[in-house]
Amino acid sequence: MPQIIIHQTKAEDPQSLVALCPFDAIECIDGILSINSGCRMCRLCIKNDLQGVFEYVEDARPGVDKSLWRGVAVFADQTGGQIHPVTWELLGKATELAAKIKQPVYCLLAGHNVTAAAPGILEYGPDEVYVYDLPELEHFRIEPYSAIFEDFINKVKPSVVLVGGTSIGRSLAPRVAARFRTGLTADCTMLDIRPDTDLDQIRPAYGGNIMAHINTPYHRPQFATVRYKIFSAPEKVAAPKGRITICEIEPPKLASAINVLEVKPKRREVGIEEAEVIVVAGRGLKKQEDMAMIGELAAALDGRVAATRSLIEAGWADPKQQIGLSGRTVKPKLIITCGVSGAIQFVAGMNNSELIVAINKDETAPIFKTAHIGIVGDMYQIIPALINKIKDYKTAGADCLQAYGGKA
Amino acid sequence: MKIAVCIKQVPGTAQVEIDEKTGVLKRDGVESKMNPYDLYAMETALRFKQDYGAEVDVITMGPPQCEAIVREAFMMGVDRGIILSDRKFGGADVLATSYTLSQGLRKAGNYDLTICGKQTTDGDTAQVGAELAEFLGIPHVTNVCRILKVEAESITVDLDLPMHIETAAIQFPCLITVEKGIFEPRLPSFKLKLATADRKIEWLSLKDFDDRNEMHYGLNGSPTQVKRIFPPESHSGRDMWKGSSSDLAGRLFEMLKDKKFLQQAR
Repeated sequence: MPQIIIHQTKAEDPQSLVALCPFDAIECIDGILSINSGCRMCRLCIKNDLQGVFEYVEDARPGVDKSLWRGVAVFADQTGGQIHPVTWELLGKATELAAKIKQPVYCLLAGHNVTAAAPGILEYGPDEVYVYDLPELEHFRIEPYSAIFEDFINKVKPSVVLVGGTSIGRSLAPRVAARFRTGLTADCTMLDIRPDTDLDQIRPAYGGNIMAHINTPYHRPQFATVRYKIFSAPEKVAAPKGRITICEIEPPKLASAINVLEVKPKRREVGIEEAEVIVVAGRGLKKQEDMAMIGELAAALDGRVAATRSLIEAGWADPKQQIGLSGRTVKPKLIITCGVSGAIQFVAGMNNSELIVAINKDETAPIFKTAHIGIVGDMYQIIPALINKIKDYKTAGADCLQAYGGKA
Repeated sequence: MKIAVCIKQVPGTAQVEIDEKTGVLKRDGVESKMNPYDLYAMETALRFKQDYGAEVDVITMGPPQCEAIVREAFMMGVDRGIILSDRKFGGADVLATSYTLSQGLRKAGNYDLTICGKQTTDGDTAQVGAELAEFLGIPHVTNVCRILKVEAESITVDLDLPMHIETAAIQFPCLITVEKGIFEPRLPSFKLKLATADRKIEWLSLKDFDDRNEMHYGLNGSPTQVKRIFPPESHSGRDMWKGSSSDLAGRLFEMLKDKKFLQQAR
């Protein structure tokens, strides 16, 4: 296991080295340096210490026999038999990863009265769907779902397990990963695989403008969660070749201390995740009333309004409208950001959008690194002018149709 | 009833930048604070104290500086504070963090209910609660948005799921993670600050745990390894537009029209 060792004798001024750590993990007590539990192994102390006081030692540790763990497994996220579309996106990514290491793709489908959904899953290309169709699995309850997941992993021994970053996935994946005492990387935005089946996982980290590249080199399976709309759903295959395997499990394993009393549907609103066009308000907005301008532009484009975290916290928009790591992930055809600076937490929630247009007064705003079209200017002048042009254009279209006796 | 609340000290701001040339983190003397989501977990526990006479403990893992957030918890009405601190806990990922917390909680007492916030603002992973429940061998539910009923053996809650509100009863002992907004967190009280100024905090380190195997903690106990950190890629082939506002509006309009985002009345 790698670690950082300290060569105390090389330190000319030990106290000064405390500043090397951005996480305050280096301590100097009576001239003796030590590393406390704040250490995140970013290794900046090693990089920036010119005296060679800090050294990174990687002693190879016997890990698992990787050859015993084969294939990429996807957990099919479902509620009431409806498969969540993140499942298709994960199957697409799993197929891509499995092809690189020439290993199979598996899918785990669990629930009650869900067997009928299995053939539909095969259309997205897995080699085998394992189905646990049991009354105890009607509602998502953590103990029975963890039990079947554990059973599935023991049966299949997959090298990689991909789970959607949904409310079910974010509860289930860590629980099962802990059961196998293995690694879990949450909210990955990029995944790749090496010939030795180590999964390269990339995610935004430290709540800042930083990406972390994470590996799970000594443990299997390697768990990763990915949010909806980070990857693209693949085309369905014309002639599915996969198999469906019905699984059993001893009933005592399905016992639960949780009793679901009632499930009430929420008022169904089309979430911003479903929108094809989104207009986002950011901190450049001066007052709450100006949300109306953003709303007007969104309406003109038949789109939806979204906002960044600071506006949600100010109460100017509903939390359901928040884009970003602590909000929703979106992937619309068009997204126009207005006065959004572009913090990584926000960008991680929208950077897979097909066309990103950013309007911001500040030419150095980080959002311009993400935008396909960056417009440096005052949104308070540009947006009203744009709305007028769109209105004129639409009216002209309607007039034109009327002139020909068409229906508006 | 005994309740444990897991809290964490996080950087006071999320504005961490990286120097593209040197790969060095740029962080200018940022203050630390309690993870804001933990305030909701703590408030939930304190309501139980108010309404049912529950005892409320907070537990945190971190460097000695994290005493500040435990003191803050005292000022809000928490009874007891436990800090898990040991250099052997450093470099912990989700698994090692959860395991360390589970060992600390086992040592600290028998809790009927453990409450965690939805997530932290620095890690943003929202995974520690579920892993902790696994290591404690107790059931858990996430996304709790309302407490409906507390009985001797169980608690009934509403879960805020994407499409549904689910009502569920969970037997004690159990762990819940609560949503932001479940209750309005109270402000720290100056009176309590004075009253708790001398209250002792319990410090636990590896030698206090039942499992003293170093390989289960910190970096050694972390299956995931950060290979490197780097600034996010900037988009290639981006287009920057500058000019007068009316020109920019005109260009944007033409672009939207060309790309068929403008539907004329049909």
